[in-house]
Parts: sequence; structure tokens; C-alpha cells
Amino acid sequence: MGARVSEVAIKETSLPVGHSASRIAVLRRLRASDVSFKFLTRAAAIAVLVLLSGTLLSLVIGSVPAFRAFGFSFVTTEVWNPVTEQFGALAPIYGTLVTSFIAMLIAVPIGIMIAFFLTELCPKFLRRPIAIAIELLAGIPSIIYGIWGLFVFAPFVQKHIQPALIDTFDGWPVLGSLFEGPPYGIGMLTAGFILAIMVLPFVTAISRDVFDAVPAVLKEATYGLGCTTWEVFKFVILPYTRVGVIGGVMLGLGRALGETMAVTFVIGNAHTVSASILAPGTTISASIANEFTEAVGDLYTSSLIALGLILFFITFIVLAAARYMLLRIEQKGR
Amino acid sequence: MAMNALYARRRVSDRIATGLAYAAAAFGLGWLVLILGVLIYQGIGGLSLEVFTQNTPPPGSAGGLLNAIVGSIAMTVLAILIGTPIGVLAGTYLAEYGRHDRLAMIVRFINDILLSAPSVVVGLFVYEVLVAPMGHFSGYAGSVALAVIVIPVVVRTTEDMLRLVPDTLREAAASIGLPRSKMIMRIAYRAARAGIITGILLAVARISGETAPLLFTALNNQFFSLNMNAPMPSLPVVIFQFALSPYEEWQKLAWTGALLITATVLALSIFARSLTARK
Repeated sequence: MGARVSEVAIKETSLPVGHSASRIAVLRRLRASDVSFKFLTRAAAIAVLVLLSGTLLSLVIGSVPAFRAFGFSFVTTEVWNPVTEQFGALAPIYGTLVTSFIAMLIAVPIGIMIAFFLTELCPKFLRRPIAIAIELLAGIPSIIYGIWGLFVFAPFVQKHIQPALIDTFDGWPVLGSLFEGPPYGIGMLTAGFILAIMVLPFVTAISRDVFDAVPAVLKEATYGLGCTTWEVFKFVILPYTRVGVIGGVMLGLGRALGETMAVTFVIGNAHTVSASILAPGTTISASIANEFTEAVGDLYTSSLIALGLILFFITFIVLAAARYMLLRIEQKGR
Repeated sequence: MAMNALYARRRVSDRIATGLAYAAAAFGLGWLVLILGVLIYQGIGGLSLEVFTQNTPPPGSAGGLLNAIVGSIAMTVLAILIGTPIGVLAGTYLAEYGRHDRLAMIVRFINDILLSAPSVVVGLFVYEVLVAPMGHFSGYAGSVALAVIVIPVVVRTTEDMLRLVPDTLREAAASIGLPRSKMIMRIAYRAARAGIITGILLAVARISGETAPLLFTALNNQFFSLNMNAPMPSLPVVIFQFALSPYEEWQKLAWTGALLITATVLALSIFARSLTARK
């Protein structure tokens, strides 16, 4: 590479000796291209900022009619009626939060355990292949999860899982109402489960990265005291990397909240708030995907854009918190 | 005796925990196998020459996916053409010029957020700024929406890869009188080339399955069209429409399309990884 550096330098800057006038011209041209290149990169960097602020601004402008018509009650009403033009965001917000919560409940422990397996238990030669296989789960497009969820997973849930849940918890005080109603197959539980599979690789990948960053000396010292593998993980690795793991979880949560296609297929698109997680519902992103092109009238469109704005806010806060936490553990590692 | 009981209990809990870890790994791998297995089983039957030579059929008759495949390729190519230069330049700024300045810090933070921002919101944004003023859906709008998703991916990988280029190389270039821009273009880019290409390939993989941002930008089109200024079909949107339809032929085509997309995306991401793994 060293030889190449000088090669380039000679080609770009050298001139026959004695041509001082053209030498100045060449230097001037180089300076001009130097300045303009820096300007270009700076402009591109600023374009990234413009992209985010432009998104925010266009959503705010687009949602003005909805907020003007319904005020703050937009967020607290359940009614969603395109015919009478009454719109409230409560059901989509509720569905988004519930499905994401179910997803995290399943994905976080499993994702962390997979990372534990990959960093502490897995034979060395299998580590890379298994890690890549898990990451491929993140590469599968969300529409594939959707079509798979609708045709394969939902019927399975309807036939085997939901009846079992309903029978088991029938008559229980709180859990009974959580698992109530006919087994449709589609619904919030199914959507949450599919989201869980989708965010699993994110939780795993980041947990593995931070587990790998634990100094070997610390682990060896703990093993030296006679601790078992699990104790080393529980008392040393996990406390040491807590902030990073939480960051990874938040990153996964950000994904789950905004995920669209996989959920749209299996959520049932019903604008209702029900206590039972077996019931069909809707999420913010599923409502937008399902209804936006069919929305007639400014108020309907604007209400959907207002939903988008709410989603943007929620995910922005979650993702910003995630980044902040990951930044903190990065600085700790240095 | 008490000592032994304590020891036994610790060993049992260790066994249980490690057993659970093995089970968790099997669970994750199991889903991958299950999803890919079903996809191949359902999709391979419909895979024939007609899929690539005929357009999407009206309900109840046979056909292919030609117009959707062409539309997807056209919009992906345009999105990469728009997104890559901006992404590479912005990544260059972050890694070369703005390592420690405030602007770079903010851009880095915002870029990481854009990286996982919900893609349906991107669709709404492009609808507001392009589709609504133009008055109609178009392939251009679809490409721009996809480009918005490409940019953060490319910015991130470009910055990461340029940072791997040793500073001694930069200093060597500067010491023999190379201006900074020439050093970046001729030395740093060359050293980071494989990594930057990996980033672009990952971006292609990411957008070739994107559906939500296309729903209300490019919309869909039943017919073959190369007019980017009109509604354009794409593989993911056709899958969405066909899978939710009651027609058996359409559902079958949806599975075939799903298999095509997944095979493309996985092949791209494995290839992209292998480019950088060699080092």
C-alpha cells in the first residue's frame, strides 16, 4: 500500500521542473477540488439531518387537520369510523404497545440466553455459523414473516395454542380475561409472537457483542474462585454489561413498535381495545398500511398521518434512549 | 454435609441454565429452518419459466410475476443510484473530516435513529412531499422512499470501514504532499472498498424486501411498465396483494414471489458478508 501512496502522489501533483506558472495553476486547481470535496461531504452529512427533520415536519403539517378537529382526545378515543369521520387513536396505540410488550417478553430472555450460549458454551468452530444463522432471521423481509404467519402460524395457533390457553385459564381471576373469546388464530398474541421472532436476532446480536467485550481477566478470576459457568454469567457478565443489554433490548423494541407488514397480516385490523390478547386488534403501522391508500377525505388521511406522527415520536424516544445507553457502554469499554 | 448440599444445588442450577441456553439456541435456529422450509415447500412448486416471462394475471387465471420483478429491479437500481453517493459522502464526512466535531456527532446519532426508524413512516413522508404535490403515485416516488432507507445503511458502513483504514496511511499520503480530498479518494476509498461495497449490497438486500414504503408511493400496476413517472408494480407489494386475496392462483404466485425475494435477500447478505470476512 505504501508504494501505491507515492504513485498516486506523483501522478496527481508532480510537474516538469521550471514550469512555475502552471505549477501555481495546478496547485490552485487542487485546492479548489479539495475545498469542494469537503463541501460536498458536509452537504451530504447535513442531508441526513434534513431527512429526519423533513420527515418530522411533513408529518406534523399533515396531521394538523386531525389534531385541529379532535384535539388531544384523538389519543384517548377508541372510535374509528370513516363513515361519520370520527377518528381516535386509542386502539392502534394500545395494539402497538401490547404486541410489542408480548414480543419483548418472549424475545428478551431467549435472545440473552442465545447470546450466553454463543459466548460461553458454544464450541469455537460452531460460533460463527450459528451467529450468522441467527442473524439471517433478521435478514428475512418482514412480508415473508407476514405471509408465513397468516398461512402457517395462525392456523396452528388457532388449532392448538389458543384452545389450550382458553381451557387452562378459564375462570381464573385476571388471566381468564386475558385469554378470553373464540380462537380466531389471528390476533394480538399471534402478532406479538411473530414480532418476537423478528426482534430476537437484534437482541442476540447486541447482547453477544457486549458479552464479548467483558475483559477475560474478570471471567477467569471468577472461574478461579470456583464459580460455575452460569454463576459467572449471572454475577459477572450480566451486571458488567447491563447497560448495553438494555440498549440492545430498546433497539429491538424500536423495531417491534414500527414493524408493519408482518403485523398487518396477522393482527386482524379491528379498531377495538380488548382485554383479551387472543382478540384481533390493530397497530399504528398496520392501520396505516391497510387504510392509507383507501382513505377518502382529508380528515381520514390526516388522522392516519397523525398516527404516523405518534409512532414516530414513540420510536424516536425509544431508539434515542437505546443509542444513549449503547454509547455509554462503548465509552466504558475504552 | 451442608457443604455438599449447597454444591449440589449450584451444580443443578448450572445444568438447568446451560440446558436452557442450548434450548434457546435450538429455538432460534428452529425458526429459521421452519420458515425457510415452509417457504421452499410452498414456493418451489410454482417456480416455472412462466413466472419470469408472464405478467401478473387477473383473478382466476394463470400468469407470472414479470412486471413485478422488473418494477422491483428498476426501483431498487434507482434507489441505490440516489442513495449511495449521498450515503458514501456523508459517511466520508463523519470518518474523515468530522471525527470530533459537533455536527458529526449529531449526524451520527440521527443516522443511527434513521437506521431503525419505521419504514411505514418513510412512506408517509415521501407521500407528503412527492406523491401529494405531483398528484399521482409513481415509480420515482417509490425509488425515493427506498433511497431514504438506503442512505443510513450506507452512511454507517462507510464510516465504519473508513475508520478501519490505519491513520499511518493517511499520514503517509499527507507527508508527500497529497491534498486531503485526493488522499480520501485515492487512498482511503481504495483501502475500504470491499467494506463500502458490502454496505451497498446490504442496503440492496434491505430494500428488496421492503413493502410498507412502497404501498403509498409506487402503489402497484397490473401491467408491464417501464414508465417511472406512473404507478409501478413491485414484488413485495404484489405478494401483499395476492397473499391476502381469496384466489388460489394468486396465493400460489405470492408464495413463489416470497421464495424469490427471500432467496435473493439471503444470497445478497451472505455474499456481502463473505466480501469482508476474507480479511
